[in-house]
Amino acid sequence: MTRPADAPPAEPELSRFGRPVRWVHGVVGVLMLVCILTAAALYNSSLQVLVGHRRVVELVHVWCGFALPVPIVVGLAFGSYRADLRRLDRFTRHDWRWLRSRTRRDGRIPVGKFNAGQKLNGSLSAGSIAVLLVSGTVMQATGLAPLAWRTGATLMHDWFALAVGLLVVGHVWFALRDPLALRGMRTGTVPARWARSEHSAWAAEFDEPRD
Amino acid sequence: MPAGRRYCGVVTRPPHDPPEGAPVGRRVVLGLLGLGALGIVTGTRLQDGLSALLAPVQTRDPTGLASLLPLGNTFRFYSVTGAVDEADAAQYRLTVSGLVQQPGEHSLADLRAMPQTDLVRDFQCVTGWRVPDVPWAGVPLGHLLDLAGPAPEATAVRLTSFDGTYTESLTLEQARRDDVLVALRMLDGPVSHDHGGPVRLYVAPMYGYKSLKWLSGIELTRDVVPGYWEDRGYSVDGWVGSSNGRSDDPTS
Repeated sequence: MTRPADAPPAEPELSRFGRPVRWVHGVVGVLMLVCILTAAALYNSSLQVLVGHRRVVELVHVWCGFALPVPIVVGLAFGSYRADLRRLDRFTRHDWRWLRSRTRRDGRIPVGKFNAGQKLNGSLSAGSIAVLLVSGTVMQATGLAPLAWRTGATLMHDWFALAVGLLVVGHVWFALRDPLALRGMRTGTVPARWARSEHSAWAAEFDEPRD
Repeated sequence: MPAGRRYCGVVTRPPHDPPEGAPVGRRVVLGLLGLGALGIVTGTRLQDGLSALLAPVQTRDPTGLASLLPLGNTFRFYSVTGAVDEADAAQYRLTVSGLVQQPGEHSLADLRAMPQTDLVRDFQCVTGWRVPDVPWAGVPLGHLLDLAGPAPEATAVRLTSFDGTYTESLTLEQARRDDVLVALRMLDGPVSHDHGGPVRLYVAPMYGYKSLKWLSGIELTRDVVPGYWEDRGYSVDGWVGSSNGRSDDPTS
């Protein structure tokens, strides 16, 4: 990778993501990727016939799936992670306006640490992951639930997997379009100027006097 | 200049706790969980409705796009080994061996010249999906057994696949049923490679795993030799509706 010469930053950097958040994001990302790739091989006919080894692919998929929520739960031990979860959870009236607005990126609607799209993506992903975990468990542990549920679990697992796939594609799409946001998740900091244009209300929190 | 605490040029001061507004995220998560739970419990009915609506489109969709949607009741393709090489139709041979008076080796043309049986039956997978009204055509397995003449001590048939791993078994009595086919055609065309072509087994009254794909060998044996999936816990006599702890409607 070539990077522009490391001139001393004229612009201050704001700390955006703590180490626990970045680690959880990274580990979940890798597990999610493995789950998606193995799911594709299990689900798509042409891929399945190409890859084969159904037992092995299935085992990898199942165990990565069960492992996926672990870092999310472990993260709860860290205050900075919990603080970000709280921010993702809360929707203000500005968020609803932001979602409806056609000019949401022009900065006129104050955006906190996360914009409403990120909040929505976060909660939709979390809910879908939970459903995938539950339905996957029903599919796996056939003794736990009536057999009729297994058909329903398969159906839910399929549909929610499709939804999660689309959410991940959208997430990666927006991330790739914003190298500074991407850098923020990699290194933990973002330029103050970027923060002021993309997350003005959050950037302003840094200027408030501490009480 | 930001007024936060500074450390190595980075403003690290954790902004004070700002959350205000409604906990919408939590509601979305719980709502999805509820939806998922409802779907798991009522899914059978939901799936039946969906697939009754869409199966005719999906199984015959020439673009293949509909099959990308997880709509439940369409064929899903399972392969237990690595990629299975396609069999060259001209080179294909089906061998009949074991406890027989007349071991045989049949080419695709031989099989096509034999008496054919047409069936329209549902295909039910033990994992829950069911494809309604699939047209099948092929040689009754019983016909091939008659040609070979089982020895008196033969009681079972062992079926092998040219994928090198997949095996299945039937008792001689099961194998002689007239709804057990060495299938050459399904869905109004030759059996495609993904479906286990050029030649696969179709055991109409049993779960899909009994319908071995990429059939290449029929061997008569003294006893039933449990097949690939049976070694992994599935019932040897895989009757739809009365095995594997399931209660689906019978398919034949």
